[in-house]
Amino acid sequence: MEYRLELRNVSKSFGEVQALEDINFQLGQNEIVGLLGDNGAGKSTLIKIITGYHQPTTGEIYFNGQKVENLSVPKARELGVETVYQERALAELQTLWRNIFMGRELCNSMGFLDIQQMRDETHRLMTESMGFTSHAVSPDSRVGKYSGGEKQGVAIVRALFFEAEIIVLDEPTMGLSLKESAKLVNFVKGIKEARKSAIFIDHNIFHVYNVADRVVVIDRGRVAGEFLTASISVTELMEKMVRIAETGKFD
Amino acid sequence: MNSQPNGTAPVVSQHYKLAFSFRRFARTNSAQLGILGVFVTLWLIFIFSAPDTFLSPQIYSAFMSTIPFFAIMAIPLTIVVIAKEMDLSFPSIMAMGMVAFSFVYNGTAFIGNGTIRVFLAIIAALVAGTIIGWINGIIVVKFGIPSLVVTIGTQFFWRGAVLVLTSGTNFPLEYIKDTIFHPLLVGKIGGYFPMQMVWLIVITIIGWVMLNRHRFGAHIYLTGDNLNSAELMGVNTGRTRIQAFMLIGLVAAFAGVLYSFYIAYFWPSLGSGYLLNTLASVFLGGTSVFGGTGTILGTFFGAFIIGAIEAATVAIGLTGFWTQLIYGFIIVLSVIMHTYLRKRGE
Repeated sequence: MEYRLELRNVSKSFGEVQALEDINFQLGQNEIVGLLGDNGAGKSTLIKIITGYHQPTTGEIYFNGQKVENLSVPKARELGVETVYQERALAELQTLWRNIFMGRELCNSMGFLDIQQMRDETHRLMTESMGFTSHAVSPDSRVGKYSGGEKQGVAIVRALFFEAEIIVLDEPTMGLSLKESAKLVNFVKGIKEARKSAIFIDHNIFHVYNVADRVVVIDRGRVAGEFLTASISVTELMEKMVRIAETGKFD
Repeated sequence: MNSQPNGTAPVVSQHYKLAFSFRRFARTNSAQLGILGVFVTLWLIFIFSAPDTFLSPQIYSAFMSTIPFFAIMAIPLTIVVIAKEMDLSFPSIMAMGMVAFSFVYNGTAFIGNGTIRVFLAIIAALVAGTIIGWINGIIVVKFGIPSLVVTIGTQFFWRGAVLVLTSGTNFPLEYIKDTIFHPLLVGKIGGYFPMQMVWLIVITIIGWVMLNRHRFGAHIYLTGDNLNSAELMGVNTGRTRIQAFMLIGLVAAFAGVLYSFYIAYFWPSLGSGYLLNTLASVFLGGTSVFGGTGTILGTFFGAFIIGAIEAATVAIGLTGFWTQLIYGFIIVLSVIMHTYLRKRGE
């Protein structure tokens, strides 16, 4: 079976700094992969290579077995990669509908916006998917005044509205309440049921362990190891994570 | 958050529509209503203090003759400022466009037909302005230098280029009066309504449509609001900003043509008095220097307030010395008002 996404020998350096070194990474069909690693291990850089924001210094990227050259954000989106960024990537002074359709506004061939349809779709997503009932939230309200959970809801629903095949979640529970986090974990399980693939990054090892089929541990820009969650207990995984943070080795 | 993670958009049969609420309308349009309030208040003050002047149609014809020269540049400048950039070089672009104009006019003497020569010269001016704007944009985007700094530099550079290329001389443009372009650009409809005002209205409408109804404008707002978010979501922020600089270059060159046709004369200092008026119109109109917010209509009213103050001070019976003091007072008050309205709107 071919992989949904595969990185072969990918390295990335920013000037003198080697952020990623010789990364081999696979994401299967209908698989949820958890990425674990300490701060600065290179998780976000890896994500931004997959989403086309950064270009790798060396190495190859394959989507469904096809090699892809010069991956960019619009190209990755065409290939079905949708991302919920750690920083949420919202424009807080703009209205909800402008945020939902950021970067791929619905417009005709001349580039004129179809505002009514974007507002209609936003209203539908709001009520059906985001569960927003507050009167302060409408397609024309500014995103800046929303709560942390509502903002995260916007970022997630935006990722789902478009034909997503691979959903990347970069620290999605950051700044969320316990209840909102639980809701998010359920949502990631929903991705699995819908037969999509996902890459899930979180500081909370329990969140990752609960939803991921496989866990990939990144340390100092390298893949330190991978484990099937079915064959390792969460305590063992914790111990290994601590050990690797201290020594750079698993055993 | 518990939606089906699949993406196709089902067709919505019912349109989403909110019942009209005056409070919401006032909140979403607070900047435009605020500046409209300042505009009407000042106007009433002018009428009461100098009824002879402000109740006669001549003063309005005079306003519509002189204000469009900088007001049309304030429209694309608004777009640049919403994208969180700045352009201080447009007065020099006005003059540089006219240098291109005269070079092409003088260089096409073999054509013989004056109208065709003037037409080609106008095109040359517009192309020159667009290219200079493109260069501004390239330096800002590709080298990552703040546009305030870049355009201080290019402002000197292009003014210098004008002086070098013309040897600092001024010259008459009487020949343009024999062509159709003179009445078309700066004539008066019915002997009263100036054509430059028509051009201002046209550019205002085009600017409004581009900003509010076109993908370009959507990307301008997103770029100015949060550059990083816009890039993560696939907005080409570099191209968007370069296009904004090209737009103001194009319109500045057009303003240079309009003004030079109006006085039928070329001065190498063309445009140098317009820098602060144009900037003040944009900020008076409620566009934020922090990017992401601003309106075309606000700028339009802002320009007329700026343009009317000078005439009004004299008409009211104060000496011309008062003009700048009143300018400053109204600008500072309006900017405070806009900041207050913006905080309430959030």
